[in-house]
Amino acid sequence: MIKSNTFKFLLPIIVLFGAIVLWYVISYLNLFPAYAFPSPGAVFNSFQEELLAGRLINDIIASLWRVAIGFVVAAVLGIPIGLWMGQSLLARQAFVPMLNFFRFLSPLAWIPFAILWFHIGDKPAVFLIFMATFFPLVLATMVAVASIPSIYFRVAQDYNYKGIELLTKVTFPAVLPQVITALRVSYGIAWVVIVAAEMVGCQDGLGYGIWEARNGLRLDSAVCYMIVIGLLGMGIDRLLSQLTKLSGVRWGYER
Amino acid sequence: MKDKHSVSRLVVEKVSHNYGSVSVLNNLNLSVIQGEVVVLVGPSGCGKTTILNLLSGHIEPISGSIQREGIIRTVYQHDGLFPWLTVSENISMGLRSVNDAAQREHELRELLELIHMEDFADHYPHQLSGGMRQRTELARVLAGDSDILLMDEPFSALDYQARLRMRRELVRLLEKRPRTVVFVTHDIEEAAQLADRVLVLSKRPATICRELHIKAQRPRGLTDPAVIEAMTEILKELGLNTPD
Repeated sequence: MIKSNTFKFLLPIIVLFGAIVLWYVISYLNLFPAYAFPSPGAVFNSFQEELLAGRLINDIIASLWRVAIGFVVAAVLGIPIGLWMGQSLLARQAFVPMLNFFRFLSPLAWIPFAILWFHIGDKPAVFLIFMATFFPLVLATMVAVASIPSIYFRVAQDYNYKGIELLTKVTFPAVLPQVITALRVSYGIAWVVIVAAEMVGCQDGLGYGIWEARNGLRLDSAVCYMIVIGLLGMGIDRLLSQLTKLSGVRWGYER
Repeated sequence: MKDKHSVSRLVVEKVSHNYGSVSVLNNLNLSVIQGEVVVLVGPSGCGKTTILNLLSGHIEPISGSIQREGIIRTVYQHDGLFPWLTVSENISMGLRSVNDAAQREHELRELLELIHMEDFADHYPHQLSGGMRQRTELARVLAGDSDILLMDEPFSALDYQARLRMRRELVRLLEKRPRTVVFVTHDIEEAAQLADRVLVLSKRPATICRELHIKAQRPRGLTDPAVIEAMTEILKELGLNTPD
C-alpha cells in the first residue's frame, strides 16, 4: 500500500522530468532555430530576469486581480439568478435560449466592445472575464436547481420551510455541490480567457507579458509566462477543490 | 415527549382521482381513528402512493373531500433525509416548532437514544446503512408535535432481515410515542404484523375490497397464529392463496 502510494506520487514527477529532458535534447540537437524553440536554460534565465525586474510579479498580481473581480461579480450575480431561474419554469422558458446563445458565443468576440466601452486598463479584461463566466454559472446553477429531487421539497413542506428559508436551507444546500463544480469549471474558463483578454487593451498582466515577448521575439520569456500561467491555474484549482471537502457537500461527490 | 392531547383526524369521503384518462381511485371512503395503525395493501401500481399524496395534501382529489386535523408527516421509501444535514440536524427538523433551545436539545438526545443512534449523531446520511437512515427518518417524524404519520413503503428498500428488525423497531417506537399511522405497503407480512386494520385494495382504479381488523397485541411474531390468519385472509383476497 505504501509502495503504491509512493509510486503514485513519483509517477507525475517522472513524467515531468522526462518532458524536460526531451525538451533539453531537442533544443541541444538544434532541430529548430533557437529563436523559435528556446532551450530550458534560456527560459530559466529569462525567468530570473523577469523576477528581478519585478515585471513578472506585477503581471501575476494584475491578472489575478482581474480574474478575481470578473469571476466574483459573475458568481455573485449568476448564482442567485440561476437559483431563481431553476425555480421558475416561466423564467427558464423565457431566458434559456438567450443564455445558451451567449454561452456559445466566445467571450473573445466581445473584445471590440470591451475596448470601445472600457478603453484600456483593468476594465475591459474584467468585462471579458465576466462575460466568459456569467452564462455558464447561471446555466449550471439553474440546471442543478431544476434537477433537485422533488422529495426534498415535499419533506421541506412537511416541516414548514417556506420562502427565503426554503431557498437558503433547502434549495441552496441541495445544489451546492454542483455549484462548486460549476465554479471550478468557470474559473478554468476565466483563466484561459484572461490571457487573450490581456493581449489587447492592457499594459500589464500575464497575457500582455506573452504579447510583449512575441513582439520582442523573446520566446524564452513567453515560455516563462506560459509556465507561470499553467502553474497558477493548477494552484487555484487546487484551492477551489478544497471547497469540495466541506462536510456539508461531501454527499454530492460520494454517491 | 409529546404530552398535549391534540385531536388527529383523517377522513376521506367519496374520493375519486385520475391522471388524464387513467382512473386511479374510485369512490374511496376511509376514516382513520386517533392512534390507529391502518395498513393499505394492494398490487403494485394500484394507487397506494396516490392515496398517501392525497392524504398529505400534496395533490388534491378530482372529486370528493378529505378532512385532516393534526400535523402530518411522511416517511419515504428512501432519500427522505436531507443529505447535507447530519443525523442530529435531520432529526432537529422535526423540532423546529419547539422554541426553547434547551428543550430542543433534550428532545434530540432522547430521540437519538430512542433509535440507538447516539454514536452516529454527527454522521451524514450517506455514511449510514439503509436501516440506520430509516431509523433516523422515524425519529424525525416522531419528533415534536406530529400527530399523523404517513408511511410510503418505508422499509421496502431494505434487505429482508433489516425489514424484520425495522418492523419491530416501529412497534417499539409507537409504543413510546403513540401516533396515528397510515402505512402503505405491498408486503403482506408487514401488514399482518403491524396493522390494527388492514385495507386490501383492488387493482386500478383502486377501491377497498376488504377490511380486516387484527386484535392481537403488538409486537407480533411472524409465526403468531393471528399473523398467519391475517396473511391467509389477505392472500385470499389478492387471489394469491392457491397452493399449486
